[in-house]
Amino acid sequence: MHRFLAGRLAQALGVLWLVATLTFVLLRLVPGGPFDRERRLPPEVLANIAAKYRLDEPLPAQYLRYLSGLVRGDLGLSYRYVDRTVNAIVAETLPVSALLGGCAFLLALAVALLVGLFAGARPDTWADRLFLFVATLGISLPNFILGALLAWLFSLRLGWLPSGSWGAPADLVLPAITLGAAPAAYLSHLLRATLIENLGADFIRTARAKGLSEGAVLLKHALRNSLIPVLTVCGPLAAALVTGSFVVEYVFAVPGMGRFYISAVTDRDYPVIMGVTIVYTALLVLANLVVDLVYAVVDPRIKIADGPR
Amino acid sequence: MDHARREKRQRGIWPELRARPLTLASGVFIFAVAAAGFLAPVISPYSAGGLEEAQILRAPSWAHWMGTDALGRDVFTRVLYGARVSLTVGIGTALIGLLVGTSYGLVSGYFGRALDSAMMRFVDVFYGLPDLVLFILLSLVFGRTVGGVLVALGLVTWVRFARVARGQVLQAKQMAYVEGARAAGAGSMRILLRHILPNIFAPIGVTLTFSIPAAILMESTLSFIGLGINDPYSAWGVSWGTLTQDGWRAMRSYPHVMLFPAAAIFLTILAFNSLGNSLRDWLDPKTANRFRGKAG
Repeated sequence: MHRFLAGRLAQALGVLWLVATLTFVLLRLVPGGPFDRERRLPPEVLANIAAKYRLDEPLPAQYLRYLSGLVRGDLGLSYRYVDRTVNAIVAETLPVSALLGGCAFLLALAVALLVGLFAGARPDTWADRLFLFVATLGISLPNFILGALLAWLFSLRLGWLPSGSWGAPADLVLPAITLGAAPAAYLSHLLRATLIENLGADFIRTARAKGLSEGAVLLKHALRNSLIPVLTVCGPLAAALVTGSFVVEYVFAVPGMGRFYISAVTDRDYPVIMGVTIVYTALLVLANLVVDLVYAVVDPRIKIADGPR
Repeated sequence: MDHARREKRQRGIWPELRARPLTLASGVFIFAVAAAGFLAPVISPYSAGGLEEAQILRAPSWAHWMGTDALGRDVFTRVLYGARVSLTVGIGTALIGLLVGTSYGLVSGYFGRALDSAMMRFVDVFYGLPDLVLFILLSLVFGRTVGGVLVALGLVTWVRFARVARGQVLQAKQMAYVEGARAAGAGSMRILLRHILPNIFAPIGVTLTFSIPAAILMESTLSFIGLGINDPYSAWGVSWGTLTQDGWRAMRSYPHVMLFPAAAIFLTILAFNSLGNSLRDWLDPKTANRFRGKAG
């Protein structure tokens, strides 16, 4: 167990380091700089700016400085917001995104459990076919379209729910639905499929033969075994929530990290781009690590001493 | 290949398609969108950038099937030209990913050992980043033109092909036919290209079909948040994502400006996904059962 953990941690740190390097290299390759304006700045001013952000140093020195900052947890200074560090920006916006992502995730999970169980218990009925149809539509509907439609219908037309404001619990409803819709469709689809597979397995026949009620068979035996594949996709799902948050925060003007990332890209605020990219990567790596661990706990057949996968 | 599957192959694709009207409809729809994009100047009497000051934000009518936008441009014409961008990006990206990723995965999986683990660590880096984040970073480097977006998205997509191809090669390597070919004196290149590649093409083809809608989705998402293709003076039209973004600003009073390009994106992605599902079911009956609910 300890060796497994240590190995996975080392691997995670390796990925983080490589992503940091890749991001550094990519942003240095970008043509034009963040301080290119319509009106050319005088060379003295540019030199001062370069000195402040230590852009006058050779690239390897900049790289090392950046890495040592990362190790100490220091993400550097923003180019755009002169008085703020990237750490401060992340500390301010990450909780907002985390709240939204958490709500969307719980929503997706609840919908998946309800609908997936319902459809999976009665395959090939009209209810099941209807579900499959809706899930296919849901997977193909881009979240920016869903978000814009929801905002238009429930906020502009009907006036039932707010959009474009942040602070009250009601502000969370439309963004969380938009963000959670695709994961909900995907998860319930998966749960339904594994449930159907499990319901045909021998251990279910045994459970039924023992005289268990259909409800107990479904919930205690079939569902429990069907949750394992659902668990494995939680890592990629975290990635989907991160990516989705860009769009959703943009559509609903949520002051989260995704919206900040978009404006940092527009402003070419490289330290913010790099810092937020690293934070995203760290979150994903962490999510995958947790999934691996929970996986090993839930399914004792998987020997974690064997190393990853 | 078992008997039933071989028989299926020999009967060809038509009986299958007739039994699946949705798949047929998807194929026809995609063909129609491609044709409409190609023939845009013939179909529409308006030019893509043609402004008409007297015709600002008109609702759909016989003269303007999808209405006009805030600058008096015909939305139908813009959607037609937008098809060029979206389909080119989708299909082009998938092909770049196919070429780069498949060769990478073939080499990595076939030669194995140290080379394989080194090559796969590199893939892990690309996997460590969410696709959209990687795409944004790469499109900063390669520029916000159609060509730049193609390259950037190709570099996002290849990883998927590399993983699929490698996994398949690892399995195929153990097969008797590879051993037979080697015993007959075939070299590595010949084994890879003539023996392994044709045998692993089914899963790669499925990946290809699903990569197209994924690329269209990512491109239109990026355009919607204002970071996508921004090249108004090129001969290309404007991407459907940008059109949706334009329409979104006028959504409150003039929903038609957004609804038509949004519907174009949704239906095209839906059609490609449905084709992908059918292809997967057709090539691999095992997953077909899994997803259609006929267990066993």
